[in-house]
Amino acid sequence: MSVLFRSIRSLLLLELVRGMALTLWTMFTGRRVTVNYPYEKGVLSPRFRGEHALRRYPTGEERCIACKLCEAICPAQAITIEAEPREDGSRRTTRYDIDMTKCIYCGYCQEACPVDAIVQGPNYEFSTETRAELYYNKDKLLDNGDRWEHLIAANIAQDAAYR
Amino acid sequence: MIMDLLLNTVWPAVKILLTILVVVVPVILGVAYMTLAERKVIAAAQFRHGPNVVGPFGVLQPWADALKLMFKEVILPAGANKVVFFLAPMLTFALAMLAWAVIPITENFAIADINLGLLYLFAISSLGVYGIIMSGWASNSKYPFLGALRSAAQMVSYEVSMGLIIITVVITVGAGGFNLGNIVEAQKGLWFAIPHFPMFVVFFISALAETNRAPFDLPEGESELVAGYFLEYSSMQFALFFLGEYANILLMSAMTVVLFLGGYLSPFGFWFLDDVWMQPIWFVLKTSLIAFVFLWVRATVPRYRYDQLMRLGWKVFLPLSLFWVVLTAGVIVGFGL
Amino acid sequence: MAEIITGLAFYLFAAATIASALMVVTSRNAVHSVLFLILAFFSASALFVLRGAEFVAMILVIVYVGAVAVLFLFVVMMLHVGENRLFQGVKRFGVVGVLVGLAVLAELVLVVTTRAFRPENPAPATNPQPEGVNVTEALGQILYTDYFLLFQMSGLVLLVAMIGAITLTLRSRDGVKRQSIPQQIERSRQEAVALRKVESGKGIG
Repeated sequence: MSVLFRSIRSLLLLELVRGMALTLWTMFTGRRVTVNYPYEKGVLSPRFRGEHALRRYPTGEERCIACKLCEAICPAQAITIEAEPREDGSRRTTRYDIDMTKCIYCGYCQEACPVDAIVQGPNYEFSTETRAELYYNKDKLLDNGDRWEHLIAANIAQDAAYR
Repeated sequence: MIMDLLLNTVWPAVKILLTILVVVVPVILGVAYMTLAERKVIAAAQFRHGPNVVGPFGVLQPWADALKLMFKEVILPAGANKVVFFLAPMLTFALAMLAWAVIPITENFAIADINLGLLYLFAISSLGVYGIIMSGWASNSKYPFLGALRSAAQMVSYEVSMGLIIITVVITVGAGGFNLGNIVEAQKGLWFAIPHFPMFVVFFISALAETNRAPFDLPEGESELVAGYFLEYSSMQFALFFLGEYANILLMSAMTVVLFLGGYLSPFGFWFLDDVWMQPIWFVLKTSLIAFVFLWVRATVPRYRYDQLMRLGWKVFLPLSLFWVVLTAGVIVGFGL
Repeated sequence: MAEIITGLAFYLFAAATIASALMVVTSRNAVHSVLFLILAFFSASALFVLRGAEFVAMILVIVYVGAVAVLFLFVVMMLHVGENRLFQGVKRFGVVGVLVGLAVLAELVLVVTTRAFRPENPAPATNPQPEGVNVTEALGQILYTDYFLLFQMSGLVLLVAMIGAITLTLRSRDGVKRQSIPQQIERSRQEAVALRKVESGKGIG
């Protein structure tokens, strides 16, 4: 009996029909579980590693002291730094470039940074139309820092308890 | 003199061009919206939203996609065979459009109402392999080459059983059975999908394989071949492949409708539903229904393994369709139908 | 007007056939040769259409272009025949090739002069479309009556060739694990899964 039943089942493609019926039913339930992206966004962890930014102190002085630890630790060798003493004698970068096409978003640079200067902010929407726009220089990174400072500072404060 | 020339030479040519446009423009529009429909249908089956940003409910999405593709950079891979590389997408697209010439849309309209319309369709669809093989070879790259080999072997295999099913239909129609109009007219009263139901299913599944659609989309299996034969293509070349592929899906749906679902015939014989002006509407509705099943299957069934695909084609469909040819011929001769 | 267009189409396709046939032999790339061969087949089928022999034209495209040439292309693409190897034997076999070509030419000349243009049978060469029936029917009527034996014999030859190809390539190997799809599908949950309550510290035992 079960042999008969099984052969009928496979001859009439009953399992296929059942699967098809399921998807058809799903189509008309109108249930949507995904986020309606550009209008709704998912929650980000304070540790989220997005676009890079160079931060400043509240006085407006840039944090980076050109120790080049980030350049040394970067596994993708995406960071290039050149440094010189500034007129007031403090050590500052003259060039701080990140090749965003090389970056693998591992977060080692922000871990290595002794002064919390280079950080990966919460921004992940920075697509560009040309490759050249993804070679970030110091101005771009500092600008990112100014732009995202309030969120970055909040994230660091939130995460500080676990470090 | 000039009037004469205009009337006898120029006007017929213009008329032919207009007739072609009447069919080709809706087909291209249909293809554009097929891409949107696919994304929407699969999204719905997977509890997702699908494109809904460009225009209300995303209805302008195909135009955004087209514009994006047009402005992309044309890339010629190093070591590619330039002429063949650019010829392949054009060939694919041209063949996909060419086949529409014989599809009857009402009882007195088809661009070319030729006697061997069915064979013409079959010949054009068997030429479709070349666009794929040429692109795979000309790209000078491993994945496209493997994809092209798979695709060509698959299309040639499933064409065999499709050919036998076509023969079944032609036998059923009788004299003049290769003319698509005659096939549709012969289905007045009883659509062939009812007496030939198993062949209807086999034909539809073969059409899935013929157009490299899920669950037979191994030639472009992204988990192993990245994208298959059009991996190296970008910009409009890619768009032409894409359009060709979807035009082929619509063509196969139209072919299924003509062969098994009574083409432009109305399913209801009363009121205005049976009028001649309703025929294109019925045709489009039926074709869309079959095209929807293409998408529905893609949203449901997982991909076949290659040996399973070949087994299905040669060991299941070929004997089954051959048996059905003999059975049909036997029944028709035996009962003198 | 129609004659002019048909004439133009004829010369176009005839020129395409000859040109692509020439390119088949002279092309430096083997794959290009095959592609030109396909073009030659296709133009030839267009010529058939112009003569009113639609069925032959379609079958030419379906069988030769759609199936045979695909296999040709497969083989040539896989072999990667380089330019130097392609023209390796030209000096050695050139003379033989020319001789074969001349023989074929002589045969063609003989066929044309002895059969087609004799005054007593001018009709069949110029009019392939008989009155009253369409080409497909006419072809069937000839094949299944006058040439029935030859037709069946050619079918038999093809069958022998098919059997030969299968026996040449069929190898049975030991120790191959084969998948039995019906068996796999028929397995039910009861056969495949057993649920046991496992007490902690004791194991299934």
